Amino acid sequence: MDGVTGTGVRATARIVARADGRGATSLPVLEGEGPLALRRTRGSGAEARVTVVGAMSGPLGGDRFAIAATVERGARLRVGSAAATIALPGQAKGEARYDVRLDVAEGGELHWLPEQLISVKGSDLYVTTRVDVAAGGRLVLREEQVLGRAGEAPGRLSSRLTVRVAGAPVLDQELSCGPGAPGGWDGPAVLAGHRAVGQLIVVRPEFVAEPVVARMLGECVALTPLAGPAVLVSALAADGLRLRRVLDAALGELGG
Amino acid sequence: MSRAALLVLADGRFPAGGHAHSGGAEVAVRAGRITGAASLEEFCRGRLHTAGLTAAALAAAAVLGLEVRELDAAADARTPSPALRGAARKLGRQLLRAARATWPSPELDAVAAEFPKGAHQPVVLGVVARTAGLSARDAAYCAAYECVSGPATAVVRLLSLDPFEATAVLGRLAPEVDRVVDRAAEAAREAVDEGVDALPAASAPLLEIGAEWHAGWAVRLFAS
Amino acid sequence: MHLDHDHQHGPAAVSADARRPDGTRRALRIGLGGPVGSGKTATVAALCRVLRDELSLAVVTNDIYTREDAEFLLREAVLPPERITAVETGACPHTAIRDDISANLEAVEDLEEEVGPLDLILVESGGDNLTATFSKGLVDAQVFVIDVAGGDDIPRKGGPGVTTADLLVVNKTDLAPYVGSDLARMAADAKAQRAELPVVFQSLRGETGVADVARWVRERLAAWTA
Repeated sequence: MDGVTGTGVRATARIVARADGRGATSLPVLEGEGPLALRRTRGSGAEARVTVVGAMSGPLGGDRFAIAATVERGARLRVGSAAATIALPGQAKGEARYDVRLDVAEGGELHWLPEQLISVKGSDLYVTTRVDVAAGGRLVLREEQVLGRAGEAPGRLSSRLTVRVAGAPVLDQELSCGPGAPGGWDGPAVLAGHRAVGQLIVVRPEFVAEPVVARMLGECVALTPLAGPAVLVSALAADGLRLRRVLDAALGELGG
Repeated sequence: MSRAALLVLADGRFPAGGHAHSGGAEVAVRAGRITGAASLEEFCRGRLHTAGLTAAALAAAAVLGLEVRELDAAADARTPSPALRGAARKLGRQLLRAARATWPSPELDAVAAEFPKGAHQPVVLGVVARTAGLSARDAAYCAAYECVSGPATAVVRLLSLDPFEATAVLGRLAPEVDRVVDRAAEAAREAVDEGVDALPAASAPLLEIGAEWHAGWAVRLFAS
Repeated sequence: MHLDHDHQHGPAAVSADARRPDGTRRALRIGLGGPVGSGKTATVAALCRVLRDELSLAVVTNDIYTREDAEFLLREAVLPPERITAVETGACPHTAIRDDISANLEAVEDLEEEVGPLDLILVESGGDNLTATFSKGLVDAQVFVIDVAGGDDIPRKGGPGVTTADLLVVNKTDLAPYVGSDLARMAADAKAQRAELPVVFQSLRGETGVADVARWVRERLAAWTA
């Protein structure tokens, strides 16, 4: 950790998951710091589990957080977080950044299921999530954004989520909302007053042979096959609780 | 080569299939989210800064000579809804047909041969603009304007909205179209050096989700 | 042949070219237009039943409300479902068959590619007004269908459909006594508007049914493949 500076906190966390050759997954690298402390939790079977434990609230304005996870060939990793990530206004000027880089090798499997990201009034955060899944790799990734705490106006939140499978882009989505975002973000084409927006991405090699059929899972929830062995569930809801409910149901629909 | 080619290409009567698409407006009307000129304007504004920016940048990048196949894959990744990917390819194919009659060229024939089921419409639009001697900004203007004029025309039909009010919406959005074109053209220039990932991927969740709902309707006026 | 070689490797045709990319002759395309409720879909269904055993055929429908007509044809099982395609028209059926025919061209070409080779494709317009005609870039010949119940003054009023269609069909003649339509007057008015162009009076409930229109279609097809 670079510590607290005039420009905010810098924190980096790294995870490497490796098949140990005896049917389980080891974590030769598990490094976190400050607000991105990592804890290995009880796994099940071949899967290793890690929980991101937020030691302090953040990110704040000017902070730069980065987290990277690599799942090697044949390894299985599940990552969650102990609590919601809360973007708060900071004393340092400028936006906060949160960059997530995920790599899944052939035969590897990653479940990336953090708690919600809550954009608090006055905050300014730019989140990027870039995932590279090799051919034959598997992924379940959930991203949930909640605009403002209950009854509160949101901060500025921009995000970009990019997923590649075997080097080819299957999903590239940017969303910008809150004060200062380009016009119409809360209008009838984009969010229409919904305060929680979520995406669930599932990458499985089986989707090549057995493509999933697009269908609606709710009034503002669509399950769509992407251009590649991947499926996206895109959902809008009134609040974070309802959003989680529909995404959990969607994951159940896809067979966990 | 003539600048007036821009008017030919941007004309709503250019026979490239756009008249049968509402750009998500039919769904928004059914859901009660567009009820008149004010909500039409917010709808168009949101669409312009999301799908419009993304389309304009793809079109501009195609003019600057980025690989069509790579741009088409980038468009796929920026369009999670299969209904919208299908519509974009259909429209791309229809645009190519009209353009090959209007500005015959081996380049357009080659794209038609490489993509028998169509490439994404904004990408085709860029290739067509270049063939017609137009610039990256011109192509971005076509894409950005079309992304708001389509819904506005559709809502005139769907709600019997006063056509003068609908056109006034487009007039009020014009300065924002300019800004989106600036951003799109700049991103396209960056993409020449940095690759297609430098292109914007701005998205509108409700347009994507709504397109899937719309695709399942048994009865609808518009194709998308 | 050099020309054929070019065709084999070239992209699809732009509009009404008589040959497909592989050099073979494409299907004859016949458009059926006319006002709402005049019996276009019923005529298409009857034609399919009469011609399906002797010809390879397919249908493109242009609905105001998508799929209504296509679904009628599917329910009636006049053709296998893969031979029927619906085109959305964005609330403007005449635009899709005349001003911007690109979606219909895609539909006819896709049908030829997916279920072809085809001898005949019927393109049915959504019900529209008396000025709606098909573009020559889309169809090789067009039939305009009106009915006696729509008023016996329609032939006199004329309009591009009545005046210029390659075949005018006056449908539902069995209803003439009930709606007070004067068939002789309609025939005379049509003759005045159309000179030598043919007119068929038909009742699909009658013994001859769609036979006259089917004969006209066969003649057209013979000329097309000659």
